[in-house]
Amino acid sequence: MASGSSIGVGGLFENAEVTTSGRPVLRRNEVECFLLSSVDLDSEDDPPRFTALKSGNLILTTHRLIWIPSQSNEAVPFFIPLSAITHIFSHKKSIKSMFHSPRIRFQADPGSVFVTIVFRGKGDFDGFLTKFWECWRGRAWEEEEKSESETSRSGAGTVAQGLYGNDGTVRMVGLAGILRKEQEQWESTDKSLQDAFQDLNALMSKAKEMVSLAEKMRQKLLSAPSSQNGSTDDEEMGSKEEMQQWMLSVGIISPVTKESAGALYHQELSRQLADFVRIRLEQAGGMISLTDMYYHFNRARGTELISPDDLWKACTLWEKVDVPVMLRKFDSGVMVIQNKSHSDEEVMSRIRMLVTKTETLRTGVTASDAALTLKIAPAMAKEHLLTAETKGLLCRDMSPDGLRFYFNLFPEIDPTNLHLVKDFGTYGEWVKATSLLAV
Amino acid sequence: RFRSKRRPPELYWSLQPVRDTHEKQIQLWKELILDYCKAQKVFLIGVVEDFPLFSNSAIDRTLSHEARETFLSAIVGEGSAEWLDKGHRKCLILWHRIQDWADIILHFVKENGLEDSLMTVEEIRSGTESHGTKLQGIDRTILMRTLKLLENKGKLALFKRTSADDEGVKFSV
Repeated sequence: MASGSSIGVGGLFENAEVTTSGRPVLRRNEVECFLLSSVDLDSEDDPPRFTALKSGNLILTTHRLIWIPSQSNEAVPFFIPLSAITHIFSHKKSIKSMFHSPRIRFQADPGSVFVTIVFRGKGDFDGFLTKFWECWRGRAWEEEEKSESETSRSGAGTVAQGLYGNDGTVRMVGLAGILRKEQEQWESTDKSLQDAFQDLNALMSKAKEMVSLAEKMRQKLLSAPSSQNGSTDDEEMGSKEEMQQWMLSVGIISPVTKESAGALYHQELSRQLADFVRIRLEQAGGMISLTDMYYHFNRARGTELISPDDLWKACTLWEKVDVPVMLRKFDSGVMVIQNKSHSDEEVMSRIRMLVTKTETLRTGVTASDAALTLKIAPAMAKEHLLTAETKGLLCRDMSPDGLRFYFNLFPEIDPTNLHLVKDFGTYGEWVKATSLLAV
Repeated sequence: RFRSKRRPPELYWSLQPVRDTHEKQIQLWKELILDYCKAQKVFLIGVVEDFPLFSNSAIDRTLSHEARETFLSAIVGEGSAEWLDKGHRKCLILWHRIQDWADIILHFVKENGLEDSLMTVEEIRSGTESHGTKLQGIDRTILMRTLKLLENKGKLALFKRTSADDEGVKFSV
């Protein structure tokens, strides 16, 4: 074995024991974690504090970094104990780094020497880096230090004191140790965060790519002219259909967006909305509140959601275009979308029929009652009842039970002859209805 | 058609917001209140106090303070009632106007031959002559107002012998 401890820095690099076939001799409990070939170990400092180790195999174990020269030249296997490492520098990806060999820098004692590992070969560099961190933070050598110091060691000198242990490794003791551990923790978290954000950025850029790809495909499909040529075109058509099916299954529709429609955004949105609204109106009994529509429309769009303001603008534009739907504002401030053909009179007559029934003459109706009978949303029913009240068809009764509406009998009561209880007209009906109750 | 003592529909206990309905509602309640007060000889209504007309326990309804004030104010507005305080808590109901009461007193005086007589105010409202007449139990405030009106017209003179005595009236009809 050559004496090789003096490559520049005393105590940092030590001779590594190898077998005759060049495999490192591992110590008790030491486990090999990673192997990379064509690795250099360079000195960062200028002037360099040690002679660079060129072109060797780098072996990472739980306790050490071992460098073994790949050619049996003058070079000698060396190792650095992981415990000597004070700092591993996070690897920053940059444009420059993409063209260079991957590197890792670390700092070690004694001497605060900066070392750069240069990976000139192929291999799982990222995997190595991860393992490097793991092993370094794993501090496997500390377990042994504890157990060793408890048993008596032959040939052991004085009990290790201070920062450096017997074998020259750095001990994590005292406040310095705690602080260092904190530091490592920080760096590890920082690194994880950085990695995570890298992934997120990658995801985002991929998503954009996907969307633009899908758009291109869609354009192709749309612009493909029908042709009457031979079988080759049939194949084309077939594959185009396949593409369409695939796109549908992926769920990409082409919503009107501000990019696609530009200045005509609101107009086009307005038309798209009108189409969509027609179906919804049928289901909702002819009238739907603006907020309900906002929910349904955006849900159907999936992405590229529109703001409430855009929705409202699109609705107001309906006045200018010839669509069969309209926006309407009630006195209470509630805004609804309804068919232009919607007739208030029709609803009024239905309400009138409802409140002049024997039962409802007596008990009145609530908004929910009306909603059930008219088959519309309760909020809409309330608006209709309020409108009917304004028209004088109904009057109200507010009680602890809530707000109820009754057929308005006021017009049928003669104020000059209050006690005249009529037996004809709706008044008469009311009398009959209420006298069914035994008082 | 038939007459009945039964009250009109219990539909109008809530103040109606719609104008036409609201006005009709006020009209109805005005009539109702005046008729009731005349029939029951009620001269004073305390707005926050219980008043049989303003509640119906059978249907668990009562007129809100706002409603009571609205209806009474409407009666005040047409001159058939007066608020006795700025807070609108006490309302004097004039189901006969003061002028009407004046006519009633003059009629009363003639009927009983009291043209030149002396009477105390209390005798006018609770004396034997007034039994069974409209004057029986008349509100004292209303009576005093009426007498003052008649005094201004020279039909009588009000006087007080001592501060301990009740006021006296000398008719000179």
